[in-house]
Amino acid sequence: MEEELYEVRFHGRGGQGAVTAATILADAAFREGKDVQAFPIFGVERRGAPVAAFMRMDAKPIDIKTQIYEPDSIVVLDSTLLEVVDVAKGLKENGKIIINSSKNASEFDFGKAKVYTIDATAIAVKHGLGTKTNPIVNTAILGAYSKAVGNVSIEAIEEAINEKAPRKKEENKKAAREAYEKIRGG
Amino acid sequence: MVKKVIYGNHAVSYGAKDARAEVIAAYPITPQTQVVELLSEFCASGELNAKFIKVESEHSAMAACVGASATGARAFTATSSHGLALMHEMLHWASNARHPVVMANINRAMGPPWNIWTDQNDSIAQRDTGWLQFYCSTNQEVYDTTLMAFKICENDKVLLPGMLSLDAFVLSHTSEVVDMPPQEEIDEFLPPYNAKYKLDLEDPRAFGSLMFPDWYYELKYHQQTSMEEALKVVEKVGKEFGDRFGRHYGLVEEYRIEDAEIILVVSGTIAQTSKEAVDVLRKEGMKVGLVRMRTFRPFPKEKIRKIASKVNKIIVIDRSISFGSEGAFFTETKACLYNEKDRPEIWGVIIGLGGRDVTVEDITKIAKKGKDGKFKINEINWWGVKL
Repeated sequence: MEEELYEVRFHGRGGQGAVTAATILADAAFREGKDVQAFPIFGVERRGAPVAAFMRMDAKPIDIKTQIYEPDSIVVLDSTLLEVVDVAKGLKENGKIIINSSKNASEFDFGKAKVYTIDATAIAVKHGLGTKTNPIVNTAILGAYSKAVGNVSIEAIEEAINEKAPRKKEENKKAAREAYEKIRGG
Repeated sequence: MVKKVIYGNHAVSYGAKDARAEVIAAYPITPQTQVVELLSEFCASGELNAKFIKVESEHSAMAACVGASATGARAFTATSSHGLALMHEMLHWASNARHPVVMANINRAMGPPWNIWTDQNDSIAQRDTGWLQFYCSTNQEVYDTTLMAFKICENDKVLLPGMLSLDAFVLSHTSEVVDMPPQEEIDEFLPPYNAKYKLDLEDPRAFGSLMFPDWYYELKYHQQTSMEEALKVVEKVGKEFGDRFGRHYGLVEEYRIEDAEIILVVSGTIAQTSKEAVDVLRKEGMKVGLVRMRTFRPFPKEKIRKIASKVNKIIVIDRSISFGSEGAFFTETKACLYNEKDRPEIWGVIIGLGGRDVTVEDITKIAKKGKDGKFKINEINWWGVKL
């Protein structure tokens, strides 16, 4: 799997840090020798509105400059989006979906996709990331991604957080590590 | 050597910093704003020892760059779309007065209707202002071209301003790996600008005064011959850059054109995606290649003639349109082949205006349609237009 193009789509709401999550994941994969790209859905972002971001990684140089239509995995930062956005759209068969939710993974059904859940909101609040009403869950969910997908190590994600997180680097790293250990499903 | 995962916008900012720009005058505009933000931080922190001039418009930004360059300073600015349009008068000024200002332009569609996404109509519309125009296809190339542009434009044989363009969002807001050489190696490649002619109290001169018909014409002649010289200088500097830093650049990038029967002529990020399409088609056995246009001004006529002499078919893909005519790269490519004895068939396709995504599948279908001879001759071939 690591030798081929791998594409991830992030769903969040404006202000939750989906774009930063994609960028940190790209930075982490780069640290492990991959060529990478991370980009937002090209457009105008508004706080609270559904947004998407993308990450590509490949052992070979990446030429392609298009948006991502058939991701290998999907990361959902806000489970309320499940009611308004078709988050699984275009997901490859046997792809993976990682959802920020306190529920068990078995409570979600996305056909053949493997579902994972992590209560990233609780972890973010515990580590003082954002506020209780507006927690910043992007670093916690990346820890969960690392465990679920397995193509970017938690150590690389911690290093990338050091580089890219604008503040509270230690808390963000702890949140990622905790999510890495607590993720459920698969 | 530092490798970082950064936005295309920040690749511009790092490029201008590492080129040791001395005066930066800029006005923010979406999606270019990050370029100016980071440069202002570099200036505030002292990481870059430059005068950062806050201005009230893009017209003033370019006026300030012209003034700075006239004193012999290395001047830089960045803009996009309507900002570039507002500079139009001062673009002529910079070129006509022979000031080697360097500018990054984020290629963004012109409104109305308002659209912040990419196409090349903003920069193509500045074709005749006497600026060199470079089109980039990766963030690495954006950074490298920012450095090279200063060296090319400041060359005694050129002394013209240069604009590098990068696609809105597809590069400006996309993070990619960018390799930045150590400052001392960059300083060796790009020494300080030593202006031959400048505003100097010890040796007073005037720039931009009245010129009567008996000599104006000669100045235009020299502007053109300098553009022609720039063809050689772009190649020379691209080679020197490659020899030093391992990444070679020329007027065009040729991709799998040896033995090709059909060639795609493309610029910007679509060209990068087209490489993937060429790979897909080659696997299917189609003899297809790609020519990625790095410069539009000067237009690399000789290069195109040489490449065209070996192929049967050319498809030029434009992400801009000259209303009432056709795509600009298409016009230029045809024009430079007219006097050739053995001309290939040639078609023009317009695609991706206002940021519509261009996929690998689009390009493979275009190449196949060309191979089958199914495009219209002497007409625009619109790709994916909803009617």
